[in-house]
Amino acid sequence: MKTVFKRTPTLKNCPTHYCPGCGHGIAHRLVAETIDELDIRDHTIGIAPVGCAVLAYDYLDIDMVEVAHGRPPAVATGMKRTNPDKIIFSYQGDGDLASIGAAEILHAGHRGEQITVIFINNAVYGMTGGQMAPTTMLEQVTATTPKGRTAVEQGYPLQVSELLATLPGTIYIERCALSSVANVRRTKKAIRHAFELQVEGAEGLSLVEVLSPCPTYWRMSPAKAMEWIDSNMTKVFPLGRLKG
Amino acid sequence: MSKRILMCGNEALAESAILAGCDAYFGYPITPQNEIPAYMSRRMPEEGRVFVQTESELAAINMVFGASATGKRAMTSSSSPGISLMQEGISYLAGAELPAVVVNVMRGGPGLGNIAPSQSDYFQATRGGGHGDYRTIVLGPASVQEMVDSMPLAFDLADQYRMPVMILADGILGQMMEPVVLGKKNGRELPAKNWALTGIKGRKQNIVRSLWLPEGALEKLNKKLLERYKQIEQNEVLCEQYETDDADIILVAYGFSARIVRSAASRAREEGIKAGWIRPITLWPFPAGQISKAADEFRIFLVVEMSNGQMLEDVRLAVNGKSPVLFHGRPGGGIPEVDEILEKIRQLTIRHKK
Repeated sequence: MKTVFKRTPTLKNCPTHYCPGCGHGIAHRLVAETIDELDIRDHTIGIAPVGCAVLAYDYLDIDMVEVAHGRPPAVATGMKRTNPDKIIFSYQGDGDLASIGAAEILHAGHRGEQITVIFINNAVYGMTGGQMAPTTMLEQVTATTPKGRTAVEQGYPLQVSELLATLPGTIYIERCALSSVANVRRTKKAIRHAFELQVEGAEGLSLVEVLSPCPTYWRMSPAKAMEWIDSNMTKVFPLGRLKG
Repeated sequence: MSKRILMCGNEALAESAILAGCDAYFGYPITPQNEIPAYMSRRMPEEGRVFVQTESELAAINMVFGASATGKRAMTSSSSPGISLMQEGISYLAGAELPAVVVNVMRGGPGLGNIAPSQSDYFQATRGGGHGDYRTIVLGPASVQEMVDSMPLAFDLADQYRMPVMILADGILGQMMEPVVLGKKNGRELPAKNWALTGIKGRKQNIVRSLWLPEGALEKLNKKLLERYKQIEQNEVLCEQYETDDADIILVAYGFSARIVRSAASRAREEGIKAGWIRPITLWPFPAGQISKAADEFRIFLVVEMSNGQMLEDVRLAVNGKSPVLFHGRPGGGIPEVDEILEKIRQLTIRHKK
């Protein structure tokens, strides 16, 4: 019988700690597939953030490091500058990248570091219990915005990808979503492109923002969460290529 | 190579780091250590190595973390307020068992303080500094030559014990010029870095981490670190002592203060006062054994620091009530003068003369 679908080797054969309906599992798989397709597993180093994906090394069978909250782009800089022959990527959530690590991602982009960044935006802090993130939507109820986020009190959702796209040091920025099969395929293509650029030695930082569901802290069913990405999130975070 | 050349402390230290095989330097400007990044920005590319001026001290220490995780020799330097910012990264380095060298050219504090030399970061340096149960090895050079000599030692200690090592200098040592001999030294025999992230080729996955969630897992790491720290306390203490055997008064000082103390002690000897001195070179591990031994006989201990009294606590712990321990210090950029220390020696020895 012809095999039509199988586990990609870089993805370990084990259950994850992620909640039902979480997007991290899909995003991990897309990264793992990319690494295997490009045949770069032997010389790739991944950086796990602080956040739900902190244990990414339990699922991705490559050399990995887990670092302080928000600092992956700085750690990636240290790795890539001293190991230009290695493929270095960071995998970060919105709290990690857009809040506490805003300076690190901005300046890694500003310097044009030759790294790949996978930015998972689920509009909330997952691991700590569903607090407001910089990317939380207006009116979204979280553990720390019990009446919903307001622009007056908490500001507007932060569009980091748009900000980063203004920097000469970034070469490729695309926003994708995991909300449908078609969108997952587009996300895969974008992640693959972001890695390919680094493999080719393109001079600058590439980043793929992935709108990802968090049914637990959005307090929705997994199916409803997928719909919410399309109906709400994409209005503030429009999909598509922002640069490159 | 034994040519003596005149160099300022910061630049001499930087060149010594290059000779010691430093692969990468990451740093952010702050006075009084700016000569180090400036020197590195020129010399590291000449050697085909890495220099990055970072956006913050947070970034600097995390770039060190990244380079070190791949097995490279990496360092950063800063001064007091910047070192405070680096404490997060130093704690992570300790937790992830990564070697690194951090240079603190101390200035006055707290807060922005001033840019004058100081020794007020002793507590921070020797007590770990960041969060969690850990230690860093701390070297306290007292001359430009010792700034030079401490670099290869710091890198070797960091690699041998897989932990951050701090060089605790001060603004005077960083800025002043002295003749130094620079040369490549034979380092220690070091364990292979088979833990480093180099890509999974031909082996199983390597993970560098500091998160240990399962019950008992972190405790296991903490105990492993404790065993390592005990080994360091046993094997790596460095200290210098002079004319302590017959001394009625022993001065204890490190770094630049030790040089002032040395002059004060020799002038006291000229006056017939039996003064000696002990100079800790490793501040952690602290030469508690040497000080304790000297305190077995009743003597006066006078600790001199450019602070309100920080190493003082370690001396008191080492002496453990066996002899009186007194203090003379100048905080906030003040520098103790030979005359004021001598006067203190006179007062103390008159009162306590046998």
